[in-house]
Amino acid sequence: MIGERIAQRRAFGRALVEMAPDYPKMLVLDPDVCTSTQTALFREAFPERFLPMGIAEANAVSAAAGLACCGFIPWVSAFSVFLAARALDQIRVSVAQTGLPVKLNAAYGGLPSGRGGATHSSVEDLAVMRSLPGMTVLCPADAVEAGAMAREAMRISGPVYLRTVRCEVPTIFEDDFRPEIGKAVVLNEGSDVAIVSEGMMSARALEAAKILKNEGLGVRVLHVGTIKPLDEAAIIKASRECGALLTVENHSVLGGLGGAVCEILAESAPCRVRRLGFPDVFMESGDDEAIFSRFGLDAEGIAEAARNLAGIEEQSGEGHEHSRNQ
Amino acid sequence: MKHDVTDKDLRIVSRDLRKLIIETTHHAGMGHTGGSLSEVEILAALYFRVLRGLNPGGAEDPKRDRFILSKGHATPGYYGILALRGFFPVEELMSFDSLGSRLQAHPDMKKTPGVDMSTGSLGQGLSCGIGFAAAAARDESLGGFVTFVLMGDGEMQEGQVWEAALYAGSRHLPGLVAIVDANGLQLASTVSDSSNPEPINAKWRSFGWMVFEADGHNPEELAEVLEAARAASKDGPAAVIARTVKGKGVSFMEGRPEWHGKAPDDSEKDAALKEILS
Repeated sequence: MIGERIAQRRAFGRALVEMAPDYPKMLVLDPDVCTSTQTALFREAFPERFLPMGIAEANAVSAAAGLACCGFIPWVSAFSVFLAARALDQIRVSVAQTGLPVKLNAAYGGLPSGRGGATHSSVEDLAVMRSLPGMTVLCPADAVEAGAMAREAMRISGPVYLRTVRCEVPTIFEDDFRPEIGKAVVLNEGSDVAIVSEGMMSARALEAAKILKNEGLGVRVLHVGTIKPLDEAAIIKASRECGALLTVENHSVLGGLGGAVCEILAESAPCRVRRLGFPDVFMESGDDEAIFSRFGLDAEGIAEAARNLAGIEEQSGEGHEHSRNQ
Repeated sequence: MKHDVTDKDLRIVSRDLRKLIIETTHHAGMGHTGGSLSEVEILAALYFRVLRGLNPGGAEDPKRDRFILSKGHATPGYYGILALRGFFPVEELMSFDSLGSRLQAHPDMKKTPGVDMSTGSLGQGLSCGIGFAAAAARDESLGGFVTFVLMGDGEMQEGQVWEAALYAGSRHLPGLVAIVDANGLQLASTVSDSSNPEPINAKWRSFGWMVFEADGHNPEELAEVLEAARAASKDGPAAVIARTVKGKGVSFMEGRPEWHGKAPDDSEKDAALKEILS
């Protein structure tokens, strides 16, 4: 239901169980996080297709590649930081270079890591994963899209990195929404400024657009659920039609969505751009929302950044403290 | 399953393979000569006696035994044995490591006929082998094939090897045979002067593996031991520790770490071939 807050991992776990009968070769490999990433649902329903791999992500990823060589379609479901960082070499050589259909469920993407602080916050993974040839990188906005993208991942012949977040996120898509891989979705029409957002940030971008609508600013919200392959046409169109573009991501501003967008715009359709995300620092412990707000990654912060980018100063004349961190 | 026993003398195969290794790295001007020479008899025994279901030049049999060169830099030896076994022409070895070649510096399953798994970053092959073995164990249509993974003793310094050893050993994973080419040398030093994996046998045993030992330069003995390990692996993973000499067969390369990643020049090639063919 629109607006309902649901955890993406729950939707992912359910999708696996629902899909299993259609994909008898689908397996789940678990480096001991199944009760967190919710593949425990799959373990309960299909214990013979669930492989407990122990706390050893590298071994799990390479083993998944071996299984994929023999016709299986394995999901390795783990915390995103321990896939993209710890098992990067295995993903790079055994999975990406081979193009095997290994599916990576990168749970706990970005900041929301259960108050894990610097080690567990996965804010560099998009930069790393999108640099691997042949890797499809998906960042669903809500639980509906997370479940749907899990299904789409099974239809992709090569490797997939599906990044979800730990916290509950508001539902923005109707139950029957079917994402098209590689296509961005316009969530809100407007041409004064564009907000290009990924994952859980898209719901916040929508909220920001509502705030700005009341101020007379027409904001286009473009949800990029597929970081790679990127919908270049939609981004170029937003640049040309809006003239100013704000990227918003649950990730470092280095090399993720903002970086990808800038690469395209610099060559094909330059416009005024601002990147909103985590600056070049390590995360720290604390409440997720407090940290998001500190870096301007709440609806107010996004609205302010978009407002500033559009060249309209806040009427009160007082800027928010958090925007200065950008 | 078809058992590809060939009647070729393994010592002749080994001699031919050594010659090809020297010619390959000499022609390319680079390549891992030392570790290729130490694995010669292991490869000869596998490809001319032990591996089932090989079909060089034809369609791949899904029931075939699998081989993973986890010490992926030792491609001059690997490509040489694949060529001798008929997966591609021997002449193609002269394209090794050149632009556009099917014979990449490290094994690439998408490019080279006969290569079952891409490798090159040390420590990953045994885990890949776990995936193959797990597949064979859960899909009867794969005919219960066995997967052989060749590692170096220096490679045992990689942590992932022990993730894999613990997993396969503790779960009694069938159909997996690890082979350690224990030549005692690594890139920059002896293995014992580095992070020493000895006693190797005791380590594998303590991780729950059946352990076999062989003279790594006696191909007939190796074939017997690998067969025994293959048969034993129906009950759980088996490790074959093959004691070898790095640079074996060329006196001035034997036991010398500097020949880890070096190719012979013209005169060294001639001297090496003279020794090998004598």
